[in-house]
Amino acid sequence: MAEPELLVAPNVIEYPFSRTTGPMIGAFMTALREGFIVGCTAADGRVIVPPVEYDPDTAEALTEVVEVGDAGVVASWSWVREPLDGHPLDRPFAFALITLDGADVPMLHAVDTGGDVAAMATGMRVRARWADEREGSILDIACFEPEGAR
Amino acid sequence: MRDIAIISFAQTHHARAIEQENEVEMLQPVVVDAIAKAGITKDRIDFVCSGSADYLAGMAFSFVLTLDAVGPWPPISESHVDMDAAWAVYEAWVKMQMGKADIALIYGYGKSSPGNIRRALTRQLDPYTLQPLWADPVSLAAIQARSALDTGTVTTEAMAEVAARSWRSAQDNPYAQLKGDLAAADVLATEPFVDPLRRHDCAPITDGAAAVVLAAGDVARELCERPAWIRGIDHRIEPHMLGVRDLTTSASTAIAAAKAGVGDGPIDVAELHAPFSHQELILAAALGLGDDTAINPSGGALCANPVMTAGLVRMGEVAQRVIDGTADRGVAHATSGACLQQNLVCVLEGE
Repeated sequence: MAEPELLVAPNVIEYPFSRTTGPMIGAFMTALREGFIVGCTAADGRVIVPPVEYDPDTAEALTEVVEVGDAGVVASWSWVREPLDGHPLDRPFAFALITLDGADVPMLHAVDTGGDVAAMATGMRVRARWADEREGSILDIACFEPEGAR
Repeated sequence: MRDIAIISFAQTHHARAIEQENEVEMLQPVVVDAIAKAGITKDRIDFVCSGSADYLAGMAFSFVLTLDAVGPWPPISESHVDMDAAWAVYEAWVKMQMGKADIALIYGYGKSSPGNIRRALTRQLDPYTLQPLWADPVSLAAIQARSALDTGTVTTEAMAEVAARSWRSAQDNPYAQLKGDLAAADVLATEPFVDPLRRHDCAPITDGAAAVVLAAGDVARELCERPAWIRGIDHRIEPHMLGVRDLTTSASTAIAAAKAGVGDGPIDVAELHAPFSHQELILAAALGLGDDTAINPSGGALCANPVMTAGLVRMGEVAQRVIDGTADRGVAHATSGACLQQNLVCVLEGE
């Protein structure tokens, strides 16, 4: 018996949620819109970026917002050879955990080396490439790039 | 505490795409099989609990429709977790501890084939700072792998050996999706996929379902010659921010293992839900497993990874080996979230 013909229909799924950002993520997003980066001081004194409302170890409320640099060191990274829809870059790039200057905890973002995996290394310095138009989003940082790239 | 055991286990022949069946059609034979293996009729089930993902089905409360695979009439006592069904086992275990049920049916299912699972799973991340980057689970696991490689916690060769051993073991598993007589050198000869991970380091995309039946005390002894008793079960979660975690270890697994009593006796067999090869090495270390433990004789998640189901399959695979007498004491593990964020550990033992 021949295989039955499969009926196929598109099903576009969207989750158009609106969210309030709260005191810490709100401060982070506001800073990004203005072109700088903030974190927060955790209970043990570590500076965490992006800032969090509650301490990851003790769960106590955190309130102290501190500015950090927009450059830092790659703590670890992966190399995306074939970017997916939605990825920050449409050519090969790195997702990286980046410890910004003045921070103790790395944050995730993308690093653009022009598609060159050989230019990536743990411990390398990278700097934020800011988006031309900023609206208070993690995407206000278009990506990071090797320091001194331009 | 009541004695509670897994007394039967059933699963699909996992595949990249089970195109000609919807979720109910894929799941129903597995449910029927698990109930039949338990030697009961449906009316003896006091509680039904399932695990699945609305984000895969593309609609809220999709699991309600899937209840057709069980037959919810006359009305049944039922619950659901939007998690791996290993956590549905945990919920059922709690309910049975409370004396609210003597027999429970637990099932999990996931059809990843209709969509893009790497993109869908980004929706489990922080919506402010991670979701907009569409940071997919393979890219994040690759960051974890590099951290473990950089610190010397794992080696590329050890990762390749995990992948190759999984494929070889799966040759004895009729339900596995991927299998073959693979050597570590074969893995190392392939190109990276998302560096430093190769394809063989990553679990496949899978459609599949599984079910177990739990029974308490003398009911379990009446129905099953050698029930797989749950001697300990615990689950722990770490912060969602990757940066504040040590990705080269699994602190939550170590705590859950201690609470579940993994170290209280020898472990014959361990089924670890490691969707990436380096994660098996991290988990084995966190669980304190030695060379005398057979790890993932089924081939593990690297050879079939039905979403929301692969953790339950780990429990079933260990339980089946206790039930058939090939193992006396084993540990099953399930994970959820990016880079082993949340982990469940269950110790199963024969009498």
